[in-house]
Amino acid sequence: MAKKNTSDVETTTQDGGENAIFNKETEGLSQGQIVLRRFVRHRGAMTSLFIIVGLILFVFSALDQKIGPFKVPGWWHYGTEDLPELRSEGCKEGLVGCPTFSLRPKFLGGAGFGLGEHPFGQDDIGRDYFALVMRGAQRSIMVMFVIGIIGGTLGTIIGAISGFYRGWIDAVLMRFTDFIITIPAIIIGSVVGYHFGNLGVGFLAFYLGLFAWTGLSRLVRGEFLTLREREFVDAARVAGASNRRIIFKHILPNAVGVIIVSVTLLMSGAILLETALSYLGFGVVAPDVSLGLLISQYQDSFTTRPWLFWYPGLFIITIALSINFIGDGLRDAFDPRQRRRITKKDRESAKTVKKAGA
Amino acid sequence: MSEQVLKISDFNVDFWVDGVWYPAVIDMNLELNAGKVTAIVGESGSGKSTTALGLMSLLASNARMSGSVQVKQEEMLNANASTLRKFRGREVAYIFQEPMTALNPVYTIGFQIVETLRNHFDMGPTQAHARALELITLVDIPEPEKSISKYPHQLSGGQRQRAMIAQALACDPGLLVADEPTTALDVTVQAEILDLMRGLKDKLNSAILLITHDMGVVADMADEILVMKDGITVEHGTADQIFNNPQHPYTQQLLGAVPKLGSSKKRALPYSENAKPAPVLKLTDVTIEYPKRGRIPAFTAVKNFNLEIYPGEIVGLVGESGSGKTTVGRAAIGLLPIKDGTIEIVGKDISHATQKDLSSIRRHTGIVFQDPASSLNPRLPIGESIGEPIYLAGLAKGDALAHMVEDLLDQVELPRSYRNRYPHELSGGQRQRVGIARALALTPDLLIADEPTSALDVSVQARFLDLLQELQEKLKFACLFISHDLAVVDILSHRIAVMQNGLLVEEGDRDSILQKPKNDYTRRLISAVPVPDPAEQRIRREARLATKK
Repeated sequence: MAKKNTSDVETTTQDGGENAIFNKETEGLSQGQIVLRRFVRHRGAMTSLFIIVGLILFVFSALDQKIGPFKVPGWWHYGTEDLPELRSEGCKEGLVGCPTFSLRPKFLGGAGFGLGEHPFGQDDIGRDYFALVMRGAQRSIMVMFVIGIIGGTLGTIIGAISGFYRGWIDAVLMRFTDFIITIPAIIIGSVVGYHFGNLGVGFLAFYLGLFAWTGLSRLVRGEFLTLREREFVDAARVAGASNRRIIFKHILPNAVGVIIVSVTLLMSGAILLETALSYLGFGVVAPDVSLGLLISQYQDSFTTRPWLFWYPGLFIITIALSINFIGDGLRDAFDPRQRRRITKKDRESAKTVKKAGA
Repeated sequence: MSEQVLKISDFNVDFWVDGVWYPAVIDMNLELNAGKVTAIVGESGSGKSTTALGLMSLLASNARMSGSVQVKQEEMLNANASTLRKFRGREVAYIFQEPMTALNPVYTIGFQIVETLRNHFDMGPTQAHARALELITLVDIPEPEKSISKYPHQLSGGQRQRAMIAQALACDPGLLVADEPTTALDVTVQAEILDLMRGLKDKLNSAILLITHDMGVVADMADEILVMKDGITVEHGTADQIFNNPQHPYTQQLLGAVPKLGSSKKRALPYSENAKPAPVLKLTDVTIEYPKRGRIPAFTAVKNFNLEIYPGEIVGLVGESGSGKTTVGRAAIGLLPIKDGTIEIVGKDISHATQKDLSSIRRHTGIVFQDPASSLNPRLPIGESIGEPIYLAGLAKGDALAHMVEDLLDQVELPRSYRNRYPHELSGGQRQRVGIARALALTPDLLIADEPTSALDVSVQARFLDLLQELQEKLKFACLFISHDLAVVDILSHRIAVMQNGLLVEEGDRDSILQKPKNDYTRRLISAVPVPDPAEQRIRREARLATKK
C-alpha cells in the first residue's frame, strides 16, 4: 500500500509540476478516487462496512424468504412460527428457554464450544429466539434503507429546488421544512405508527421517510446556494444549458458528498427511531417482529431472563454503530480539511518525494 | 556594517501528505541586515510563503523543518513555545496578503494594536491607546482619532493593509515579513503602500523580508533578491545583478515573461476608421443596478456606458476593483439584467431578452472566466465541458462531437488524450486553455475574457497570451478583454477603454491611451504600474511623488 502510494505520488509530481501538492490537498473533495482512498484508510469505517455487509448477508439468509413466487430456504433450522418444546436442561433453577450457546470448553467445566439447539434461547411460548432476532434485524435493516432512500430523495429534491431558485420558492419550501421540524419526530412516529403500523413494516418506513428529510434538505439547500454562485454554473448557462440540466448535471454531482454523508447518518437515526417506536408500541406490531418490539415485550424479564434483552440490544447497537461509523468515515473522506494525525514515526520517516531536477 | 537581523542556513521544510514527505523548501541560505530589503520571488508553489511562515514555526502540524533560523543571534527552530511567543510580534512581525482575513472582524483595529502592545510591553490601557493612535497616524490612515475605533470592514482595502502594517510595527520589530503585501490591492493603492513601507523601513531601520511574485514590486523595493523554484533557491544576488545580468535560465525566463508596459509593437486596427463594419457588440447608455436587498440600498454598478466592438478587434477594458468592468462583461452576454439602455450583439437587441431569446445569441458569444479552478465543473471530464455548448446547440452528437472536441483541443495545444481528464488533474494554465477551448467551441463572433490571466503565474500568463493572440488572428473573433493589468492589455488590445466607479472615463486606440492619456485617472493608473527594472522604476517613482506634491 505504502509502496503503491509512493509511485502514485511520483507520477503526479512529474505530471503536474508545482501543482502536485496543491492538487492532492485541495481537490480531494471533488474526486471519487481520492475520496475512496481516504475512506479505505479510515479503519473504523472499513471495519464497520465489513460488519454491516456481513451482518446483512447473515441475517437475511438465516430464515426462509419469500421472493415473489419463489421460496428461498434459510440455513437456520427454525422459523419464527415454529413452536418447539421449551427446554429447561442446563438452565438455572426454575428457568426455561435459556440460551444453549456456549463458548466455555469442556475441560474448564463448560458445555463445550457449540451453538446448541437454541443459541439465543426461547421466548415464553417456546419460539426460537435466534429466529426472532433474525427476523427483527431484517425488519430494522429494511426500515433503515427505506427511510434512507425516501428521506434522501425528498430532502435532496426539496433542498435542490429551494437552493437553486431562491426567492419565494425557497421561502415557501423552507417555511414548510421549518414547520415539519417543529413537530417532534417521536410524535409523528407514534401517529404514523398508530395508523399504519398494522399495514406492515414497509408502510411504516415509507411514512416515516416522508418526515425524515428536513435536515438533509437544509444542508442540500446550503450547498446549492454556494455552488450556484460558482463560475462553472455561469459557464454552463452561457453554453445554453437549461435550469434542469444545471441542477442535475452540474450542481447535484458536486453536492453528492454532503448528501451521502447525511443520508448515512439519517439511516442510523432511522434504525433507532423504529426501535423506539416499536418499544412504545407504535411501530411494528405483533405478530410481526422487530428488535424494538422484542425488547418491549420482554422488558419485565430483564432481571430473570436477561438474554431476551441482550441479543436484540446487541444487534441494534451493532447496526446503528456501524452505520454511524461509515457515515463518519465518509464525512472525513469528503472533507479535505480532515487530516490524519502525524505520528512520531511518520515524522522521522525518510519517505520523501524526489523533485525533478533537485 | 549594520546589525544582522536574520540568518537562515540549510533550511529545509517538508510536508507530510498522504504518507510521504513533500519537500517544500530545500537548503535555503539567507542573511538579512537591518535597514535592508530582501525579496523572495518565485511562482506559486515555489515555497516562498512556506519559508516566511517557517521562520517563526507557524506552519501546520504536518510540516517538518530542519536547519537553522537565527533571529538576532537566537535560534528559532525548535525553540520552546514561550521563546517563540516572545519573538513573534516583538522581533518578527508579519504583514499578510489579505488584510480582511488577517484582521479579526469582531474587534476594532485600535483594540488589535493595543492587544499586540500590551502582550509584549508592560503598558497601561491609556498609554497603549496613545501609542496605537501614534502608530495609526504614522501609517497615514485618515482621521486617526475616528479610525482607531473602526472595525476592519469599515475601512477600504488599502486602509486595512495600513492598519495591519501599524499592528506589525507596534513593537518596532527588527524584522518585518511581508507576504505578498500588495497582491490583493489595486495598482494605485499598491504604489502608496509600497511608498509607506519604504519610508517606515528608513525611519525605523527594520529589515524587510518581502515575498512576492510581482517583479515590478521587487524592482521597486528590493536590495537583494532570492529566486526560488520548486523549493530550490536558483539564484541569489543584488537587485542590479538579478535584473540586469540574470545567470540562471529560470530567472531569465521569469524576467522575460513579465509583460512590460509600452514594449509591444504597434498593431493596426483590423478595419479602417472611415468605413467601420457593423459592430459585434454595441452598448448604448447602459446602466446596471444591483437591486436593493433588505436594508442595503440599490447599487448602481455601471452608469451610462457606451462601447462598440467591431469584428476582429480586441478591446481592453481596464479599471480598478469595483469599477464595474466585470459587471459590463457579464451583462454583455446576458448573464446580468440591465436597468437602462440597450445591448446589441450581432444586431440583436438583448437588453430585455428572456432566457429563450438568449439561447439564440449563445451561439455567437463565448466567455472565459477569471478563475479556471471554479469555472470548470470538477465532476465533468474536460472533454464533456468543452463539448457541452456544441451538444446543447444541437450541432453534433456522439462521434461527431468527440471529433470536434479533439479539434478544439488541438487548437489550444492540449493533447487529445486530455479529453478524459478531470479539471483537478490539470495545471492552472492548462485549465485556462480548456476555458478558451470551451468558449470557442461554437466559433463565436464575440469572446468576453474576464481577467483570464489574473490567477496565473507570469510564465504561464505569457504562454496563454501568445495562444490567445494566435487564435484571435486565425479565427478573427472580436474580443472584450477585461483586466486590471495595464501591461497585459497593452500586449493584446487594439483599443482600450478605462473605467472608474462605473463610468467610462476614457476610450481610444491603444497607443493614444497609454502614451498620451487625457484623463487624470488614466494617467495615475499608468504611472502607478511598477516596472520590472530597478533603475527605471526609481525614476518613475520619483516622478510620481513629484506630481503628487
